[in-house]
Amino acid sequence: MTENAVTPGAAPILRLRGVGRRFGGLDAVSDVDLDVGPGERRAILGPNGAGKTTLFNVISGDMPATAGTIEFLGEDVGQIPASGRSKRGMGRTYQKSRLFLGLSVEDNLYLAVLGNQTGHLRPFRRSRDGDIRERARELAGAVGLQGKCDALVGSMSHGEQRQLEVAMARAGDPKLMLLDEPASGLSRGERVALTDLLLELDPSITLILIEHDMDVALRVANRVTMMHDGRKIVEGTPDEIRANDLVHELYLGGRVAGAEEDGA
Amino acid sequence: MTDFATFASSRTARLVGRGLLVVLIAFPVIWVLFIANGTSFGSAVSDPKDFLITLLNGLTAAALYFVVASGFTLIFGLMRVVNMAHGAFFLFGGYIALKVQRGQVGEGGSFGLSSSQVGLFQWVLPLIAGAAAVAGLGLLMQQLFIRWNQGQELRQALITIAVSIIMADQMLAHFGGVAQDIAWPGTFDKFVNLHVAGVQYTLTRLVIAGIGLAIGLGLWLWLKKTRTGMVIRAGVDDRAMVSAMGINIQLTFAIAFLVGSALAGVGGVIGGSFASLAPGVDANWLLNSLVVVIIGGMGSLGGAAIGALLLGLTTNFAAAYLPADYTFYSIIFTFVLLAIVLAVRPLGLYGRPA
Repeated sequence: MTENAVTPGAAPILRLRGVGRRFGGLDAVSDVDLDVGPGERRAILGPNGAGKTTLFNVISGDMPATAGTIEFLGEDVGQIPASGRSKRGMGRTYQKSRLFLGLSVEDNLYLAVLGNQTGHLRPFRRSRDGDIRERARELAGAVGLQGKCDALVGSMSHGEQRQLEVAMARAGDPKLMLLDEPASGLSRGERVALTDLLLELDPSITLILIEHDMDVALRVANRVTMMHDGRKIVEGTPDEIRANDLVHELYLGGRVAGAEEDGA
Repeated sequence: MTDFATFASSRTARLVGRGLLVVLIAFPVIWVLFIANGTSFGSAVSDPKDFLITLLNGLTAAALYFVVASGFTLIFGLMRVVNMAHGAFFLFGGYIALKVQRGQVGEGGSFGLSSSQVGLFQWVLPLIAGAAAVAGLGLLMQQLFIRWNQGQELRQALITIAVSIIMADQMLAHFGGVAQDIAWPGTFDKFVNLHVAGVQYTLTRLVIAGIGLAIGLGLWLWLKKTRTGMVIRAGVDDRAMVSAMGINIQLTFAIAFLVGSALAGVGGVIGGSFASLAPGVDANWLLNSLVVVIIGGMGSLGGAAIGALLLGLTTNFAAAYLPADYTFYSIIFTFVLLAIVLAVRPLGLYGRPA
């Protein structure tokens, strides 16, 4: 389960200090500290409205943080837009599919690869174009879509689209991948396939995933952060999380309120 | 009201609706083919020659509608900008071409130049000049005004309306209020024998159809086969995501605006040769473009082609096959067409939700 051992004391690849995001009078995320080490598999859990996706948006640069600092690979990226963070090695997927439904699988991946290169809009093809195509097909193969390269994305199943999203996020050779509910809306079989896919990912890629499905999250992750009402409340290994009373309460509605915050 | 709602969603109501639709489509076809009482030509069966000419007129008009509307729909599809200055761009392209042609050949007589005075190059160069001038103007407008209002669709539409009003006034001041036309080159201005039902048809209209087809094919190849085209198609699906991938969406927008405006310019030169240039023509062509893309579906190139065909055929057949006393009302059919399409497909034939 925790085959990707995290080197203790290694400089974190992602470091958040006091990060907050306020929408008008609502603190969607407040005062979050987070250290994610290289190669770590981190799951972020929490009930609906806990601020998980907002935290992702702030990390990926889709929206600016209203408080705190975000360091990626030792660099303060707080003022850098999403595209710049993507170029520095962040890849992400979205809760709601954001694929180009009118394009084929290969073309989607082609664009994703292209995005991290120069000369995007050159009207004529160059020899290098073949390399990009090659890479696109390779990425499709890596997520089990090798036979589907020419399929129109809009005509594929939800599970296949989720697989493609993982491939898209990998296209830029990211050092950090942010996956927002990769297993949501999938059938049991598809969830197992996706979990296997995530477990097979290159161990050097750091992974943060938001997941409602505890089976997927706890199988993939070697460290778990629990959020509630925009705050980080518990952090620990999957075993510690399983044993934690507060988690049981929040997820299963066991005992009612009053539990002290015994964050690990 | 609730009774009506239940009825409207019932199976009977759907059948009635379908039946009505079939009648609405079938009746004009049957009318033109077999009945056509009191019209100047008579039915298609009794007068195939005029039917064929009307059909060709419809198709060639459609080609011009397509050229203009394809630019409009390209810009809208990618950027969600409704360019209300598209008609003004059309007229401006025409006037630039007119000036260039007069500069090359001379002013001509009181009715302007005649085709015998104009060579092929003296039409093609103005065409290129008109298209290039409008492309530059479009790019300028996009960079100066549209770009800073990304995503604020109402504001962008209002800006383009302002530009169109200013342009219309300036064009009236510089080019006058009298209708003028660009002369076709002598090479095009003749009749060709089609060897079908003895039809002699003007070559200029066939040239228009040829240009329309070439532009359609060119746009299709561009969008389907090139990298820029792929980025544009991806941008139509999700602009923000294209940008998040690190692709320069602003450059893509600029290219789309350049090409879309150039198409308005090309349309203006053809339209100015085929008909004439005068104040008010800009508004007509904006309306034509809107009708075409509303029928076809905003943002779809195939939709623009189908929309242009339907509009071209409807206007020409309505004008030719209404009973002679009623031809004045033929314009109504454009809007009947619009109403029918919107009743059945509210987003247009090929429209997709934004």
